[in-house]
Amino acid sequence: MSVRTETLLWLAQRLSAMLLGVFVLVHLVTILYAMHGGLTAQEILSRTQGNIGWAIFYVLFVLAIAVHAPIGLRNVLTEWLHVRGRAADVLLTTLAVILSVWGLRAVWAVFAQ
Amino acid sequence: MNARVRTREHPGYWAFVVHRISGILLVLFLPFHFWALGQALTGAARLDEFLHWTAHPLAKVAEWGLVVLLAAHFTGGVRLLVLEFLPWREWQRALLATATVVTAGVGLLFLVDVL
Repeated sequence: MSVRTETLLWLAQRLSAMLLGVFVLVHLVTILYAMHGGLTAQEILSRTQGNIGWAIFYVLFVLAIAVHAPIGLRNVLTEWLHVRGRAADVLLTTLAVILSVWGLRAVWAVFAQ
Repeated sequence: MNARVRTREHPGYWAFVVHRISGILLVLFLPFHFWALGQALTGAARLDEFLHWTAHPLAKVAEWGLVVLLAAHFTGGVRLLVLEFLPWREWQRALLATATVVTAGVGLLFLVDVL
């Protein structure tokens, strides 16, 4: 992997982390607020259904995760398991795709249903 | 004492371990989280069926663990960004303690919520 690619991955990891910092803070506050008095589908969906603001928030949240998590896991694979090269690239790209597709499906589920 | 043991006595080393382990566990959890929310595609009733299962005390313990992991990864991440991107100031010595206190605070608030 070239130095340029390594630098770009490092930068993508930090930029996504900055976005996630804001998203996770909002998510934690929402969890603490929503869990108060139990969690029901009605309660979740009444907040998210048809709400374009929450939809955009969660779409960006999912995409930032899909960038951030595979790069973080790549560091773990390289440093702790000594897995690198093509096998790692295929594995981590697959993870990014799975997180994006399942994440966006989840956003669609709570927004449109 | 060898260098490796000395390194492990530094709180920064444990901050690194907590950040890494919490990151790995959160990645493993995410597909299940997305799958569960995707259940709403087949109607609110299906999602409620799943949420009903999460009322089990063991599920509550797991939820609490996940919230604490998220809070720990978040506060540890903010600490790293501050250390990497802002010029060094004395107050940054308190970052690790602050991260620990905020994480514990979120854990306590969640406990108060579900109990």
